[in-house]
Amino acid sequence: MKQLLVFVKKEFYQVFRDRRTLLIMFGLPVAQILLFGFALTSEVKNARIAISDNAVDVNSLQIIQKIRASSNFLVDSDPINPNQINTVLKKGDVKCVVIFPPGFGNDLIHLGNARVQIITDGSDPNTARTLLNYLTAIIADYQKEISTPEVLPYSIITETRMLYNEEGNGSLNFIPGVLALVLMIVCTALTSVAVVRERELGTMEVLLVSPFKPVMVLIAKAIPYLILSLVNFLLILLLCVWVLHVPILGSIVLLFLETILFILACLSFGLLISTITHSQQSALLLSIMGMMIPTLVFTGFLFPLENMPLIFRLISNLIPARWYYLIVKSIMLKGLGFEYVWKETLVLTGMTLVLLIISMKNFKTRLS
Amino acid sequence: MDERVIICKKLTKRFGDFVAVDQISFDVGKGEIFGFLGANGAGKTTAIRMLCGLSFPSSGEASVAGFNVFRQQESIKKNIGYMSQKFSLYEDLSIVENIQFFGGVYGVPDKEISSRSNALIQKLGLQSEAKKMVGALPLGWKQKLAFSVAVFHQPKIVFLDEPTAGVDPVARRQFWDMIYEAAASGITIFVTTHYMDEAEYCNRITMMVDGKIAALDTPGRLKQQYSADSMDDVFYQLARKAKRVDD
Repeated sequence: MKQLLVFVKKEFYQVFRDRRTLLIMFGLPVAQILLFGFALTSEVKNARIAISDNAVDVNSLQIIQKIRASSNFLVDSDPINPNQINTVLKKGDVKCVVIFPPGFGNDLIHLGNARVQIITDGSDPNTARTLLNYLTAIIADYQKEISTPEVLPYSIITETRMLYNEEGNGSLNFIPGVLALVLMIVCTALTSVAVVRERELGTMEVLLVSPFKPVMVLIAKAIPYLILSLVNFLLILLLCVWVLHVPILGSIVLLFLETILFILACLSFGLLISTITHSQQSALLLSIMGMMIPTLVFTGFLFPLENMPLIFRLISNLIPARWYYLIVKSIMLKGLGFEYVWKETLVLTGMTLVLLIISMKNFKTRLS
Repeated sequence: MDERVIICKKLTKRFGDFVAVDQISFDVGKGEIFGFLGANGAGKTTAIRMLCGLSFPSSGEASVAGFNVFRQQESIKKNIGYMSQKFSLYEDLSIVENIQFFGGVYGVPDKEISSRSNALIQKLGLQSEAKKMVGALPLGWKQKLAFSVAVFHQPKIVFLDEPTAGVDPVARRQFWDMIYEAAASGITIFVTTHYMDEAEYCNRITMMVDGKIAALDTPGRLKQQYSADSMDDVFYQLARKAKRVDD
């Protein structure tokens, strides 16, 4: 037991002396949370938009006023004339142009229908589609305001709610994904590198000749990364609550326990990688190829799993992070209890055990 | 030879069809400096691994420090020290931290660790460097320190696997002074080397060729037997007979 403490202490010395490891461990989560929280949201804010108002009447001005009021748009102060539309879009200054034809208000009041043209920059289809949706909503809203309700004998009013995320906060969805990603990097990559480093430098040999049991070497390696990962986890939660204003609805204790389970899965995978690689570089590469990329692609936090072909959906089941992502989403964002996530927990537990058994076996066969 | 600390009888290790170590037998006495020579691939490392309790022999018998290599590997590990050709201390730990770590791993009590490490640092004249990272030391110093750490827990036997590879002649000479000192205090030294001048420093020498022991005697008598001027010559005469290709 005392030997284990001595070993863990030495691991901590090494972690805290290696600036690169520290940077990966604590710089990465902060950078990722801020990046995903602020820079990479799917909502479009302050998109520059130009308006070509050839009508200049009450109605067109009212609509323009509504567009200006929206936080999604930043309307260019100078109206442009129709010949300039191509130029401004080509230059890429504006993402979208709204054109009111001459006599827009007249047509609207006397003919009962009027046209407004919206031209978007299709080279960026996601933004274009989002802007289009915002604009259509604004115009539809205006239409409802000016029309008298008696005109339509029947009306179906759609009432929509985005449950668990009423404000449409884009960073909400990323947080469980970033959590999974960061824990994966810290646990899998750093652990595998730490074990392989001992082998590369020849210190592993000395340890194996010592009375310290080989399996204890692995445990001693895993403990510091387990602790540091939990610190990381708390750091990410604090950032979520205070910087991104994402509340934690479910039980923190449950979230904590599930996180420990996921960390164990990652550590086992890291140990497995360390038993099949010979150099720190290949360990790092394998961790990135084997864990990070599948995590980005197959957890569903960047690309919806529902849209993937069946074969990819089946593959995604093999990724531990996918299950952890589901668990965190349920507990953190929906406030659900254990009775809703026990299946995912069971899958994750199974994966951890399998990984652990394989890596232990591999480690032992490598020794003899 | 009053007390024998290593006894090997027909020790053999097979990997499939390949016989890496083929029925080697020898004894090593207490406080002896025992040289273990052979070309690359002759089976030296495999033999050492068996004696250190890292792998099980396929057949034969051996005891190290009075413990059986089949059944008492744990006890063997507690009673031996080990230093390899690859530098075996942590470069990103200070001298004191390295000593504390290895002392702790071998279960030396804390009080002992601090008193012995103070004495050791004084002896090596490293007082001003004690808190510096080992990575900053010159290679010769590192090797001396690695040896001191390998015998820090006062083992009965210390295995040195090419300990002086890449070290300059002066530092090598100093290193061998430390080996003599350790041997005089009763620690048995089991050393492999590629430097034939170092072989002359050993009390007795084993030459391994193709997994077998081709010769075993004192350097003086070996030179006589092969009518050679130096150990270099003896080595070439024996190694030339090897059939196994270097792997």
